[in-house]
Amino acid sequence: MENYEIVVIGGGPAGLAAAIAAKQNGMEKVLILERDRELGGILNQCIHNGFGLHTFKEELTGPEYAERFIHLAQQAGVEYRLNTMVMDISPDKKITALNRAEGLLEIQAEAVILAMGCRERSRGALNIPGYRPAGIFSAGTAQRLVNMEGYLPGREVVILGSGDIGLIMARRMTLEGANVKVVAELMPYSGGLKRNIVQCLDDFDIPLKLSHTVIDIKGKERVEGVTLAQVDEKGRPVPGTEEEYSCDTLLLSVGLIPENELSREMGVELNPVTSGPQVNESLETSVDGVFACGNVLHVHDLVDFVSEEAEAAGRHAADYIRKKRKDQTEVKRTEALSEIEQVPLLTGAGVRYTVPSFIRPEQMEDSLKVRFRVGKVYRNCYVNVYFNEEQIIHKKRPYAAPGEMEELTLKKEQLTEFPGLKKITISMEEA
Amino acid sequence: MEKRYLTCIGCPMGCALTVTLNGKEVVSVEGNTCKRGKVYGEQEVISPVRTVTTTVVVEGGNLPAVSVKTRTDIPKEKIFDCIRVLKKVRVPAPVRTGQTILCDAAGTGVDIIATKTVESR
Repeated sequence: MENYEIVVIGGGPAGLAAAIAAKQNGMEKVLILERDRELGGILNQCIHNGFGLHTFKEELTGPEYAERFIHLAQQAGVEYRLNTMVMDISPDKKITALNRAEGLLEIQAEAVILAMGCRERSRGALNIPGYRPAGIFSAGTAQRLVNMEGYLPGREVVILGSGDIGLIMARRMTLEGANVKVVAELMPYSGGLKRNIVQCLDDFDIPLKLSHTVIDIKGKERVEGVTLAQVDEKGRPVPGTEEEYSCDTLLLSVGLIPENELSREMGVELNPVTSGPQVNESLETSVDGVFACGNVLHVHDLVDFVSEEAEAAGRHAADYIRKKRKDQTEVKRTEALSEIEQVPLLTGAGVRYTVPSFIRPEQMEDSLKVRFRVGKVYRNCYVNVYFNEEQIIHKKRPYAAPGEMEELTLKKEQLTEFPGLKKITISMEEA
Repeated sequence: MEKRYLTCIGCPMGCALTVTLNGKEVVSVEGNTCKRGKVYGEQEVISPVRTVTTTVVVEGGNLPAVSVKTRTDIPKEKIFDCIRVLKKVRVPAPVRTGQTILCDAAGTGVDIIATKTVESR
């Protein structure tokens, strides 16, 4: 059995930033376990630019952003193992992992940081009827094939879903010589960034059909075409609006799901809206000494915010270990969420979820960034924050949309000085 | 007078801009809610520019290709010219991030640089 202070599960942007922060906050032995052949995670296949404007104040491509963090991790003395798959984490933080060089590994950690990221929703989740021909890819799979493995998955392409990966792949496939015929989006708005709609679709005259979906896939061995139809406000296809598109490839960009099998098995409580762990202000999950950050916690739009969140997780994990050593005595934290005074952060009108889900005011740093998502597009709206029933924050926002993560800052003294604080509610208000 | 319809990319609001042109001169930008929209609208109709990113084949590397970008923005109409010349380029491993892969791509005066390190096999 090996021993580490902190073991980070996943070596993508979240895992790297968390590990670096843990080292910078005084930890000696920090280990990243990564299942892929290299560090950097999904950034390695995101060869387009637009990363790092917040973190580095310049515009980088995904691989460049990853490389900067990999260098920082190496300089900081973070250890890592590649091609290593974590199979199990026990609630007392014993990690079982496998790799070809060492076989079965058992590692005891004092704290664990979950940074496994997310995966794409697949065709199976969509219930599109038809055969199972070749030529249906998730957009991210196609991205990896084109950008890293050197294959072009098809020539005549229809894309379902206008999330950022779908938009980026519309441009990428076009540049590689494919004919991208249309991008269909079920919702009446795109989940992607405006910049991507302009520079990936408009630049190449690729039509974006909002409130449309694929209702049929033709072809038995290989995709031969798809049928699009308009949908009504409940997402049901409208008869008579069907349009046929011949194509050999269908790319799906229909959402991302945090990858929490390991978390679930170790007993981490998950939030049904995000499919990520419920965390407190320190990004600690319901299991003592287990922290979460990045897309495994909730799906982000910008890697810069992943890095920022992960840095906080690394810092809190280091604090946790330091405090625990200082106390010497094992604090009974299995009941932590009920024992220590904690205030739930609730979602009011128009707010889908918040991260964190709980705040222990006494454990807060001077200020806390709360991240949340709204359920629809708002123009000239207000974000309201209530302590119990009293409105504490009333802030105007010119625009808010489900595809853009929102954030607001709570100050520690606001919470500690509020008498009898039982709950905090965030809600949206239309002007 | 010609009218061009654009979406501003300055912020998530994505204002729908209408730019009115008289020949090559911008007469007006409408639909913007802030100054950035006006600047973007003018730039975008007079001389739109983009950063181009793609991959180039690597010979003898531990990966088949290396990601590359134009060092700075190039005129939008040169995107496909740039891609076309890069299709023919073969670069021997190892390749270092920041290394120049091609000088003056497609007559833009802008170099193509690697955005990833690829080691020799």
